[in-house]
Amino acid sequence: MINTRDILETIQMIENENLDIRTVTMGISLLDCCCDDIDRSCRKVYDKITRLAQRLVPEVDTIEKEYGIPIINKRIAVTPVAMLTAASGGDPVKYAKTLQKVADTVGVNFIGGYSALVQKGFSAGDEALINSIPEALACTSNLCSSVNIGSTKTGINMDAVAEMGRVILKCAELTKDNNCIGAAKLVVFCNAPEDNPFMAGAFHGPGEPECVINVGVSGPGVVRAALAKIPGANITEVADTVKKTAFKITRMGQLVASQAAERLGVPFGIVDLSLAPTPAVGDSVAHILEEMGLESCGAHGTTACLALLNDAVKKGGTMASSHVGGLSGAFIPVSEDAGMIDAARSGCLTIEKLEAMTSVCSVGLDMIVIPGDTPADVISAIIADEAAIGMINSKTTAVRLIPAIGLKEGGELNFGGLLGSGPVMKVNTASPAKFISRGGRIPAPLQSLKN
Amino acid sequence: MRAVITVVGKDTVGILSGVSDICAENNINIIEVSQSILQELFCMIMLVDMEKSSVPFAVFSDSLKAMGKQKNLQIHTMQEDVFNAMHHV
Repeated sequence: MINTRDILETIQMIENENLDIRTVTMGISLLDCCCDDIDRSCRKVYDKITRLAQRLVPEVDTIEKEYGIPIINKRIAVTPVAMLTAASGGDPVKYAKTLQKVADTVGVNFIGGYSALVQKGFSAGDEALINSIPEALACTSNLCSSVNIGSTKTGINMDAVAEMGRVILKCAELTKDNNCIGAAKLVVFCNAPEDNPFMAGAFHGPGEPECVINVGVSGPGVVRAALAKIPGANITEVADTVKKTAFKITRMGQLVASQAAERLGVPFGIVDLSLAPTPAVGDSVAHILEEMGLESCGAHGTTACLALLNDAVKKGGTMASSHVGGLSGAFIPVSEDAGMIDAARSGCLTIEKLEAMTSVCSVGLDMIVIPGDTPADVISAIIADEAAIGMINSKTTAVRLIPAIGLKEGGELNFGGLLGSGPVMKVNTASPAKFISRGGRIPAPLQSLKN
Repeated sequence: MRAVITVVGKDTVGILSGVSDICAENNINIIEVSQSILQELFCMIMLVDMEKSSVPFAVFSDSLKAMGKQKNLQIHTMQEDVFNAMHHV
């Protein structure tokens, strides 16, 4: 029989340490739904997704029951809608409404892929889609959007960067009566992964198979609890403990992923080795860093602790899964993490420190509430900085900022649910207007002479 | 399919019989039982064979959970695979 201690450890992780599978995401290619009439195209999109995903929610609920593991989200990611718009023309908001109808029909929490990949330039459909994002996100509730504006291989499309500053602001303005939620459903990427199961950035890349199951694991609470048991240990032991814990968490993700794939008759894609926090007490990445020995997240030493954590999670997780992908690493979304919220409120955690942290961990400046009067070119410049970190370091970086319309520093937005709540953080508003207005592209970086 | 039932809570009369009655009612065979008292908490782990079970897994696990709630016990029923996956390379 299995070791009693192992069994109780697993039960303890689920009951008291918030271990869960964060998301089972079905990726669906919509390339065969494009046609030259947008209404017909929308019908085909609706029919295809509802056919492939109709069993997604009930099957995942069954797995949750049988294995006793909470599975928080069931999601769908689709081919970037800009590609459909390229073929069909017309108003892309029609696709947004179709995807919302799909989400309502199949009962998923989010559907991602209202996206455009413009790292090197705009092709047919891209500009129409980007311009429609604010309206699309304002008239839907479960749709997520992303735009890839740069990559290590192509450099950064500064025209797109400039545009996205304005788009983010408009998203917030159109949803100002609803906590500016529009901006929380939009993420701007550099080096966007094509198999990411996490929102808001999930889309089904053009290189992906017809239909695929990707799983994102979670478990910051479990890692923190494991570290709490070794208060006097040195850093080598800390790293080893994180590694072993990540291994266990990921094994569970792998099991759920392979079960979901088998039961749905869809190939298994990847497990995303992530530490995804929630606003719940005991489910915070910031608290792991504090458990390592920092007074507060944001203190000097935070970047080093995060680098250690991120690397150890990957090392432990890689061994536990047959295919690893997506964003894979620790997430630092401010409004979704109880420890980050506290650190931001106290002023210990600043945007500048968060920027440094993003150079050593997964994703980027995520779920950060900024003053509503922040100029669009400042938002664009924040995107450019973040994209530069991703481009130079060959990693994914992203920006998800929420301008709090009508609020200033010290105010607070409350999104509720997994999106949490966040204080308005101070932004350096010295003007980058001339830089942003130049347009053009930042050339792709050299891949040698690395210093 | 085999499942692991864990029961944690304050020790009272009839915990074992309560759980095994529900197993028997649903034609579920008990393979192994271990129980101990950990820090004054009663802790029982039961390995069962669900192969010939007369009810779906979810129904069985819900009925155990409901019984546990009445007696102030935490009862989890999980497929054995979970533990093998997590704790064996």
